[in-house]
Amino acid sequence: MSAGRVATDAAPVWEAVIGLEIHVQLNTRTKMFCGCEVTFGEPPNTHVCPVCLGHPGVLPVTNEKAIEYATRIGLALGCRIAERTIFHRKNYFYPDLPKAYQISQYDLPLGIGGHLDVELDDGSDLRVGITRVHLEEDAGKLVHAGGASGRIDGADYSLVDFNRGGTPLVEIVSEPDIATPDQARAFLTQLRSLVQQLGVSDVNMEEGSMRCDANVSVRRPGEPLGTKTELKNMNSFRFLHRALEVEIERQIDALESGERIIQETVHFDPATGLVSSLRSKEEAHDYRYFPEPDLTPVELDEAYVERVRAGLPELPAGRRERLIGQYGLPSKDAALLAANKPLGDYFEAVAAATGDARLSANWVMGDVSAHLNAAGLEVTQCAVSAGSLAELLGLVRDGTLSGKMAKEVFETMIATGKNARGIVADKGLGQMSDAGELDAIVARIVEANPGPAEEFRQGRDRVLGFFVGQVMKETRGQANPQMVNDLLRRHLAAHGN
Amino acid sequence: MTADTGSAGYALDVRCLTAHQCRELLTSGDVSASELTRAYLDRIAAVDGSVQSYLLVDEAGAMAAAEAVDAKPRSERLPWEGVPIGLKDIFCVKGMETTCASRILKGYVPPYDATIIAKLRAAGLVFLGKLNMDEFAMGSSTENSAFKITRNPWDLERVPGGSSGGSAACVAAGEAPWALGTDTGGSIRQPASLCGVVGLKPTYGVVSRYGLVAFASSLDQIGPVTRNVGDAAALLDIIAGRDPRDSTSIGLPEPVGQPDRGDLEGLRFGVIKEFVGDACEPGVRDVFDSSVDAIGALGGVCEEVSLPSVERGIAAYYLIAPSEASSNLARFDGVRYGHRTSHSEDLYEMYTRTRSEGFGPEVKRRIMIGTYALSAGYYDAYYAQAQRTRTLIIQDFERAFGRFDFLISPTSPTVAFKIGERTADPLAMYLSDLCTIPVNLAALPGISIPAGFSAGLPVGLQIIGPHFSERGLLGAAHAVERKLEVDLVPPLAEAAR
Repeated sequence: MSAGRVATDAAPVWEAVIGLEIHVQLNTRTKMFCGCEVTFGEPPNTHVCPVCLGHPGVLPVTNEKAIEYATRIGLALGCRIAERTIFHRKNYFYPDLPKAYQISQYDLPLGIGGHLDVELDDGSDLRVGITRVHLEEDAGKLVHAGGASGRIDGADYSLVDFNRGGTPLVEIVSEPDIATPDQARAFLTQLRSLVQQLGVSDVNMEEGSMRCDANVSVRRPGEPLGTKTELKNMNSFRFLHRALEVEIERQIDALESGERIIQETVHFDPATGLVSSLRSKEEAHDYRYFPEPDLTPVELDEAYVERVRAGLPELPAGRRERLIGQYGLPSKDAALLAANKPLGDYFEAVAAATGDARLSANWVMGDVSAHLNAAGLEVTQCAVSAGSLAELLGLVRDGTLSGKMAKEVFETMIATGKNARGIVADKGLGQMSDAGELDAIVARIVEANPGPAEEFRQGRDRVLGFFVGQVMKETRGQANPQMVNDLLRRHLAAHGN
Repeated sequence: MTADTGSAGYALDVRCLTAHQCRELLTSGDVSASELTRAYLDRIAAVDGSVQSYLLVDEAGAMAAAEAVDAKPRSERLPWEGVPIGLKDIFCVKGMETTCASRILKGYVPPYDATIIAKLRAAGLVFLGKLNMDEFAMGSSTENSAFKITRNPWDLERVPGGSSGGSAACVAAGEAPWALGTDTGGSIRQPASLCGVVGLKPTYGVVSRYGLVAFASSLDQIGPVTRNVGDAAALLDIIAGRDPRDSTSIGLPEPVGQPDRGDLEGLRFGVIKEFVGDACEPGVRDVFDSSVDAIGALGGVCEEVSLPSVERGIAAYYLIAPSEASSNLARFDGVRYGHRTSHSEDLYEMYTRTRSEGFGPEVKRRIMIGTYALSAGYYDAYYAQAQRTRTLIIQDFERAFGRFDFLISPTSPTVAFKIGERTADPLAMYLSDLCTIPVNLAALPGISIPAGFSAGLPVGLQIIGPHFSERGLLGAAHAVERKLEVDLVPPLAEAAR
């Protein structure tokens, strides 16, 4: 397809410039500016009060936990935390915005100038700049009833649920450092993982606790930036990827046919795969920002910032470095384990129990991940716990199981939930590595076959294969092949003396 | 004072009762709370047909509250329990219609109590009802009320001032011993001056604004309207305090207590040059000059001081206040409460018609000015410039308070003007607040006390103190009040019953 004209070609005709704006709902107990509980999926308008309904006379009071959570995000993204940050009012009319202004931040945001290093599919790193991290309040939720699409067009009437209204939101704005839909998806995936590890949000795109807007333009390489359009509210990674592909394609087609790009907000319809322009009336916004007079400035002194920093969990970038240094893992594996906190925790538990990082990594990145991917599970839902896997790997390390046998046992463990030792015992699987027992069997077989033994002594090495076969038959294939070889050579030679 | 009890066969004459006298009558047992409340309701019935200060008289609620007080043994009562009060219709009172004298809030019954209302309830005060005002506190004559024109008890052809005109007129007319108002640019002090009562605007932050329907958030402050300085001090102590629901509230460093100062020895008073001389009409100037003499006779030293920036106060105020108002009043959109137009084709028409029908001309004018001043491209020239001017005014006051304990000026450049005289000329109307506006811009406390009469109409003296100097300010005002001995009872005919 023609999206291949972008960036992936050796000498691309067009390149895309993408910046993302991500909204993350914080999982604080209460809302941004009032005491109502933050909830999801509750009956409409059951978690509201005069403040979040915008009654006359009410005043906002800043949620200090939200300030702390936003500071965590800012620090994790390497932002400079403002010593003094203030809120602004963003004024516009809409029924889901009860005060007709959103309390947000404008020219003095909480965090500025950070970055996220994104591991791309080819193993290379992309550093995406973070312009700003700021705090604001979420709007209520409109439910358009009576229409077929659930959208406002064609609806008979609209209802407003203010449960969500006033939920703390952190807006993360990236620099336009992203060039392809793949990079955008990788950035968003890794940002999501980072925020999840900070414990400050559920970052669930389907439930709307993470939402993404994209600014996108195209240009010929080396030329100034083109006119951008804004893709609003993409609620899944797939959706974001597809919408960017379609919009980039649309812009290239338009420019190639001599049209101009209009700066506007466009809507991507996943059903039709088309983008459409939103009405210009909704576009003509002058938000008339001015400092929120009902709130005093938030002072975040160095001691506060350092206290928050000290409370941060280990972050993916740091963990990746540690996994490489501590376990000698390849960079790509380390990055993958660092980006997926539960999988990283699982790996480290297995490695600690087995004392064999390489073997543990091979299994976690290999069989375990393959199983999880096939079953669509998170590692926390895996039937084989880290302890169980460590037990299995212990049997591999002491020679009880070959690699091949261990894979079979692992599958049985998943299917039955039994532990490795139990399965090995039930099936009589363990490799026979008891030197004394095997020695007796080998001695007996050599004794019983004097003819072939003589041939071997006369130099016909091929006969060794016959003896190995006999031993394997006797031991139902469980004898350790290397030990069988060694013992046979010793007995055959000894016999001749 | 003629305060005979009903039981002796005389009607209780409340025309000149102070709140302290009400309290004495209740404490001594000479009058019951129901008798006292009934006497005020009777007085309202007798004179409010001509004064028109009340928008709502809650006869049933007031009597029930008074009877509940009577049911308690006197020894268990709080000091102010059973004393009636009138409330500007800008405070949210749970269960009591609150309109801000605007059609857009007609029928709105708040689901919560303002913080000051909760404090008054806790102190046991009896709410007589809601008082008229300029719509959303925008005006200097109370002529901008959507519902009625309040008249000055000293001359029914004249305005009571505004925006707390209902509060000042009702106290002057003896329709409540005291009342609460709000002051954004002079809205307590100017009507107090025009009606011959005491009006105090506390330092910004002394009284919680939670539940005060916002006009201009960075300027609004609640304060007492009373018949003497002692009552103002007592009411301030009831309502002052840091409120966790108002981030901008601070409270008082200590209760002001009862002022008992008899002289002004050792105090220096700066006469604000820009507010005397040609800025005032001659009759006001004469009264002011005699106030300066009185201060001198009490041992105070008066000297002229220039605050050059205050002349720009009106210009700065009429950008800052409308800007904040344009945002504060945006929530009145017909979606959740208050007026909604009866017919509209779509959302935008609903907004437009609702607000066109609901707001009066002065409110619309200020919303338009504020919207314009905050618009992209104009913000720096208007709003930001006005804020810089505000800083200059603050610095002028700071310099002056380096030399003086208090600053004085006439409260209003004129006595009460005729109804209709300035309605066609907004700029002339805005000049009514020349001397009071800079005090709000600098967040200072200011008090207006009756200083005398010009052609039979009251003239007020404004005393301004440094931030949080209420205790000293009320002390000085008390000394001047005692020296001047101004008659407080207007010649008002009672309607025949």
